[in-house]
Amino acid sequence: MKRIYLDHSATTPVDPEVAGLMMTYYTEKYGNPSSVHGFGREAKQALEEARKQVAELIGATPQEVVFTSGGTEADNIAILGTVEAKRNKGKHIITSCIEHHAVLETCEYLEKNGFDLTIIPVDEEGIFSVEDVRKAIRPDTILISMMHANNEVGSIQPIAEIGKLAKEHGIVFHVDAVQSFGKIPIQVNEMNIDLLTISSHKIYGPKGVGALYVRKGVRLIPLIHGGGQEKKRRSGTENLPGIIGFGKACELAGQRMAEDAEYLKKLRDKLINGIVERIDYVKINGPLGEKRLPNNVNVSIQFVEGESLLLSLDMLGIAASSGSACTSGSLDPSHVLLAMGLIHEIAHGSLRFSLGRHNTEEEIDYVLEQLPKIVERLRMMSPLYDQVLREQKQAQ
Amino acid sequence: MYTEKVMDHFTNPRNVGEIENADGVGEVGNAKCGDIMRIYLDIEGDTIKDVKFKTFGCGAAVATSSMVTEMVKGKTIDEALVISNAAVAEALGGLPPAKMHCSNLAADALHAAIKDYHDKQQIKE
Repeated sequence: MKRIYLDHSATTPVDPEVAGLMMTYYTEKYGNPSSVHGFGREAKQALEEARKQVAELIGATPQEVVFTSGGTEADNIAILGTVEAKRNKGKHIITSCIEHHAVLETCEYLEKNGFDLTIIPVDEEGIFSVEDVRKAIRPDTILISMMHANNEVGSIQPIAEIGKLAKEHGIVFHVDAVQSFGKIPIQVNEMNIDLLTISSHKIYGPKGVGALYVRKGVRLIPLIHGGGQEKKRRSGTENLPGIIGFGKACELAGQRMAEDAEYLKKLRDKLINGIVERIDYVKINGPLGEKRLPNNVNVSIQFVEGESLLLSLDMLGIAASSGSACTSGSLDPSHVLLAMGLIHEIAHGSLRFSLGRHNTEEEIDYVLEQLPKIVERLRMMSPLYDQVLREQKQAQ
Repeated sequence: MYTEKVMDHFTNPRNVGEIENADGVGEVGNAKCGDIMRIYLDIEGDTIKDVKFKTFGCGAAVATSSMVTEMVKGKTIDEALVISNAAVAEALGGLPPAKMHCSNLAADALHAAIKDYHDKQQIKE
């Protein structure tokens, strides 16, 4: 059976060039960057080269890049490390209702431990307003943590404007850019970002590695203490093969970003338009056009449930994801879709297709050929669809 | 995550549909939690002659609905009443733990349909 991977927001395949380079650092150049000998120096040099590659993609200096085990750790260091450092200045944190759990859960943990939390809402396209953030700022606000682009609906947020606001008020500004990094341009200086979370495995790099950009002069209390690696900001022997792979993936992403984005937008719009044309009672979630990530498609298909859609697609070799409760591991559907005002039954029937560099027009055609049949089969089974069938009968 | 039997019932569900003027109809769940199951019964004497279902929900919801219809077809009402949600799950070779509570409601739908049948009988008498 042919397999079609449309879940690149979950993870991506490692680029063969990246994987090949990494292998050298497992078997030949395996030194510990902290060692004095030749093996160590060779590793250290490679580590710093990778740091440069990462920094370049976001317009930072290499000294401002701290390698971590991934996006979740970077989010935790950014938030917990900042509030610990700013504890004497205040206890108010601002975030948004559509953040990744790595940010939301961390902020909610702090709220339970004595901090005040303001959660900014979003509009029906899944975008938060600069004005709401402005109104939420208090004299004791110490941190604003808001994402660059949403992982579920692909909505791109007004980060530069919020950065300006944060700077005016002297508030530390953290941005989770895991989904936008490598897909659309990010410039930490132009956007006034103090802390930026990025991850390797969403950009054709290996899993288990990410980074936190820390603007020069921004103080963070480390979470992990030990040997003092990463300028004492993140102890532990560096995951060198992973970091080397991440660096290479950043270099490739920089070279391919514009071309990839143009190609992915074409596929994305073909899939969106095709679904709307071929299936009744659907709703595209998130903005259309330039405010949407080039690779994101999110659609609610009324009267059917997301996991059933995923299972049916999977049997045909098509991999996607859903915001239904069954796939979120809780009783409620996606917090993002609910925050955008979707009612539960519409949110349960959501599907996310996240496209990648290797997807083809033929693959999109295949999805567009199969999806309507799957929906039809599930709808004929659905008691919610009875009403529609009855109305159709009456109309005839 | 699902057994082969669950996937079989999800892919080829038995007894999907409606029974017009059914003797008993039972519905459980709600769209908010993501599962609705409706069961239709055709009863002759005290035997379930025919049974159909319609379900909105995940793979487990569809598979348990299909399984319960297979289990009760041709059985007496008394036999149907002792079928539990756990027995349906067992007949499918088990369900993932997370599904045992939220999507394993097919026997409840069956019992609701039998209750509806009894209620209608009382009105007739």
